[in-house]
This record gives sequence, structure tokens and C-alpha cells, in this order.
Amino acid sequence: MKMYEEATVVSVKEIAPLIFDMTVSAKSAKEAVPGQFAMIYPKNPSTLLPRPISICEKSDDELRFVFRIAGKGTKEFSTYKKGDLVRILAPLGNGYDINALKGKKVIVTGGGIGIPPMLELLKTLKANGTEVLGIFGYRDSVLFLKEDFEKFGKVYIATEDGSVGTKGNVLDAVKEHDIDFDVICACGPMPMLKAVKNFAGEKGKDAYISLEERMACGVGACLGCVCKTVKKDVHSHVNNARVCTEGPVFDAREVEI
Amino acid sequence: MNTKVSIAGVEFKNPVTTASGTFGSGMEYCEFADLNRLGAVTTKGVASVPWPGNPTPRVCEVYGGMLNAIGLQNPGIDVFCKRDIPFLKKFDTKIIVNVCGKTVEEYLEVVERLADEPVDMLEINVSCPNVKEGAIAFGQDADCLFGITKEIKKKAKQPVIMKLSPNVTRIADMAKAAEAGGADAISLINTITGMKIDIERRKFVLANKTGGMSGPAIKPVAVRMVYEASHAVKIPTIGMGGIASYDDAIEFMMAGATMVAVGAANFTNPNTTVEVVNGIEEFMKTHGIEDINEIIGCV
Ligand SMILES: Cc1cc2nc3c(=O)[nH]c(=O)nc-3n(C[C@H](O)[C@H](O)[C@H](O)COP(=O)(O)OP(=O)(O)OC[C@H]3O[C@@H](n4cnc5c(N)ncnc54)[C@H](O)[C@@H]3O)c2cc1C
Ligand SMILES: Cc1cc2nc3c(=O)[nH]c(=O)nc-3n(C[C@H](O)[C@H](O)[C@H](O)COP(=O)(O)O)c2cc1C
Ligand code: FES
Repeated sequence: MKMYEEATVVSVKEIAPLIFDMTVSAKSAKEAVPGQFAMIYPKNPSTLLPRPISICEKSDDELRFVFRIAGKGTKEFSTYKKGDLVRILAPLGNGYDINALKGKKVIVTGGGIGIPPMLELLKTLKANGTEVLGIFGYRDSVLFLKEDFEKFGKVYIATEDGSVGTKGNVLDAVKEHDIDFDVICACGPMPMLKAVKNFAGEKGKDAYISLEERMACGVGACLGCVCKTVKKDVHSHVNNARVCTEGPVFDAREVEI
Repeated sequence: MNTKVSIAGVEFKNPVTTASGTFGSGMEYCEFADLNRLGAVTTKGVASVPWPGNPTPRVCEVYGGMLNAIGLQNPGIDVFCKRDIPFLKKFDTKIIVNVCGKTVEEYLEVVERLADEPVDMLEINVSCPNVKEGAIAFGQDADCLFGITKEIKKKAKQPVIMKLSPNVTRIADMAKAAEAGGADAISLINTITGMKIDIERRKFVLANKTGGMSGPAIKPVAVRMVYEASHAVKIPTIGMGGIASYDDAIEFMMAGATMVAVGAANFTNPNTTVEVVNGIEEFMKTHGIEDINEIIGCV
């Protein structure tokens, strides 16, 4: 169940330039699943809207977020200290269907600030015995969260500047290592998601992608965050699904991106 | 202590409702806000057939407010009657259905379809700045507004609220035109047309280029317009525009509103509506106000 609550900041640290790692204790953590997100409400009264941030990791009573400073809201979050209270609405969105991935060979991949949500996914899949491999794309050799992923096995890295791993993007790494898979789960910038959709399509494999869109309510009421879908959406029956509610994780075949 | 207000014979347990389009049909918010505590729920605009709305980005934040250009995406009146009305009937609150259309005929189709449905009032949106055809044109020309109000009143079984646009020169003239057309009430303000430019990309932030501005930043404009409009007519006014707390609501009522609606503030806190209701009751206690109707237009 979604909860609107006052969470308590447990820790905030900068793990790479402009990239922050914040853990909060929150009741809503209990039911969160990989791929879901939270709305975090800035305190600055000039910032009217909450900020959608993916759940990077969770326990029964804590949520971990990893975010990049992009503007006023994320800047404010980065200044929070242990013990501060922060209003959140969570868990939101559909998340990954873990059972549907069971027994398949899964690639979990993220690019840039799309990497954090894949941690909880990789961890959950490992825990239920799914055969899963992580492949992550960074700009350069600042490999935030790499060690967190390596706790759950080997990961492949691609960097745009070629300083670590495969030079290029995550799909270049998949090709270089000739990785066999049934399903690819991806979060990252739109060009990466398009490439993943096409790549999986050509190979006749499944792909699940996490979409991003500007949001206001986060709960499906404002219809601000829609994406084009192949089938009629459940809300308005006009092929416009709400990323915050029917997503953010979509079967790549079912969305037009 | 009396918090009840009435408009055109419909009695509301308190003067607080939701602003159309910010609260869906209550389904998405009922987990956070107890709908039974609200005077009424005003639903998202519904048309005769499903509308896909505008391309994204449809929303963005501005200082102290937001712009939206949803373009009235909605499932059409059939799905609405089957799904949304039965849902709302489960709660002890009144139902105000917001109606949109591109032509007079389209509005009338929805109004007629709602005639036998258990809804309490109709709010006619002639003021959406985000759809090209019809809609706002009816709300920006006093003669058109008079005409469409008259047509709708001929067909409507429920009392009719005309929702006015702030994007006009003289709001009092629009209020008078709605009243002359037979409207039972007016509501205002809809959003103020705005624009935001991304200076890094040299592009409009919204795909629609312009969007309707709402939120705390528009409140002083809305209070002024509610004052001017409500004092120009005898029919009741529902005031909105930037209401985020009980004191904002009281301010609108003192300006002349019989009811108030909470819009974008639902995004800032999903329980805002109920907090406004509680705050009004608290204000009445601390200020020794026996009947909320005392303060309507008291300035
Ligand atoms: C489902 C989802 C999950 C996300 N997960 C993460 C995450 O785990 N880590 C992370 O760093 N970022 C994430 N983002 C992006 C994050 O929401 C934005 O970077 C953030 O909202 C920027 O807020 P700001 O106040 O710092 O920037 P500003 O530019 O001041 O924000 C102004 C407005 O634009 C919105 N906005 C700006 N950029 C984006 C964007 N890229 N996507 C959606 N809305 C935006 C803001 O929410 C706000 O309403 C996610 C976005 C979505 C939709
Ligand atoms: C996302 C969004 C969607 C809206 N949709 C509608 C609508 O469908 N019909 C309508 O009459 N007004 C619509 N409005 C306008 C509001 O009902 C209200 O008039 C306006 O936002 C001012 O109030 P606020 O500042 O409290 O938000 C919408 C506003 C927003 C922010
Ligand atoms: S953000 Fe409001 S519907 Fe998705």
C-alpha cells in the first residue's frame, strides 16, 4: 500500500561528484519492490512538486536513494543530515514482476543515473536463484555503486571514454562478451532505452524498461506523466499509460519510445 | 458550529471541494485523504468520447507554482458513468462533474448523458487554455459564454456551475454573462496561461509551448477575481487558485466565495483537502464564528 509519511534521514553521503546516497527509515519500505520509486517532497515552499526518485535498495524499514543533483530539489536533499525529517510518498509505480523473470537468463543493465534502481533488482533476483548478470554504463572511471553490485557477483562495465571495461555503451559490452540472455531489464537515458528495445526486438528477446517522465501527483490522478502505448491504457483507453502508475517499468514491446 | 453551505439547493457539509483535474475522480487520492470529510469531490473534465490529451512534457514547475498542458485526457462519458460515479457514490460527499467539449453539441451530449446519473452538480469547463478548439473560446467571449450557458441550462437536470477563465480583460462581465445565461453558480479561476523556456536547450519546456499556471503564485490574482466576479452577480461563487491551507480558503470566502477548491496543493501534500477542512473548523473555534456563512464576502 502507498503511504504518505514523514521519514527520518539515516545518512546522506556524496559517493561521486554530484551523486548522493541517502538512506531514510520509513514504514513504506516494507512493501516496496524493485523498480518502484518514491516521491520526495522538498521543504522549500517555492518548490511545489515532489521529486520522483527510484528505490535503490530497501530493507523492511529503510529505503535507500541514490540521486544526482539536477536542480533545486535534489540540491536540497543533498544537504539533509541524519535525524532530519523528510516527507515521502512510497512505494509508487508497478516495479518489476520478479516471478515472471524466474528461471530465465536475465541481464540487468543501467546507464548513468539509471544505475541505482538496478541494485535492488539484481539483489532480489540473485536471492531467488535467478541467473542474472549486471552490466552498467558510465561516462568515465567514476564507477559509483560498482562495489555494491559486486557483492552479488561479477558485473561488466562499459564507459563512454573507454577508461574502464568496454568502450561504448552497455550493448557494446553485451556484444563484446557475447552474453546469452532471455530478458534484459534496463533503466537509463532515452537513447539507451531505445537501443535496448531495438536490440531485444531483433533478437526476439524480452525487454523491460524503466521510463522517466515529468510528474506532478505521482499517483495517477493528474495525467501529467503519460507515455504512448500500443494497447489501450487502463485509465482513459487512449493508448496513453501513466508512467507513475502503469509504469515506470514497461514491456518494451508495449511502449512507443 | 455550522460549516454547511448550500448552492442552488444542494447542501454541502463544508465548503471544501477539489479543483477539477488535480484529484482524478478521487480514486487515486482516497488512500491519503478521507473523501467523507470533503464537502464535494469535483472530478476531472469528461467529454462525450475519450480524449488522448497533449504530447509530453505536460507539466513543469515554476517558482511557487506549476504549468500544465494535459489537454484534457479523459476516458469519455461512458467509462466515467460506469466506473467513476459508482466509485464516488460509496462516499458521503457530494459529486460535482466537470464537463468539457469542443463544440456546444459535445457539451450537451455529456450534460444529457449525466441527466439520470446520481451526481449533484455540473461544472462546465469553458476555460481550459490547453485545447485548441472550442473550450476556452466559449469562456473568453461574453456573448459565447451567455449562449452556451443558456443551451446547457435547457438540457441540464442538475444545477450548473460555469467555470470562468482568468484570461479575460473584465472578469465581472464574464460572471454577469454566465448569470444572464441562467447559470446557478460560477467557479473561478481556471489556470492562467503561462510559458517556460529551458535556456540550456533553447526550447519550450512543455510540448504544448504554453500551459496553465496554478499554485500559490497565482493566489492574489485569483482572490481579486473572485472578489470582482462574486460582487458582480447574485449567484454563488466557488473560489480557487493557489489554495494550499485553511487561511487561503478563509481568504477566498471573505472575498466572496461560498465554496473553495483545492487544486495543485494536492500534489504538494495529498491530504491538503482534509487539512483545509480541519483548519477551517479550528479557525471558526478560535475566532468564535458560529456559522461559516457569516464570513462569505465579509470584507
Ligand atoms: C520514475 C523516476 C525515477 C527517478 N529516479 C531517479 C533516481 O533514482 N536518481 C536520480 O538522480 N534521478 C531520478 N529521477 C530523475 C529525478 O526525478 C529528477 O532529477 C529530479 O526530479 C530533479 O529535481 P530537481 O528539483 O533537482 O531539478 P529541477 O530541474 O529544479 O526540477 C524542476 C521540476 O522538473 C522535474 N524534473 C527535472 N528533471 C526531471 C527528470 N529527469 N525526470 C522527471 N522529472 C524531472 C522535477 O521533478 C521538478 O518538478 C527519476 C525520475 C523518474 C520519473
Ligand atoms: C494538472 C491540472 C489539470 C487540470 N485539469 C482541469 C480540468 O480538467 N478541468 C478544469 O476545469 N480545470 C482543470 N484544471 C484547473 C484547476 O481545476 C484549477 O482551476 C486551477 O488549477 C487553479 O487552482 P490551483 O491553483 O489550486 O491549482 C487543472 C489544473 C491542473 C493543475
Ligand atoms: S504524475 Fe500524475 S498521473 Fe502520473
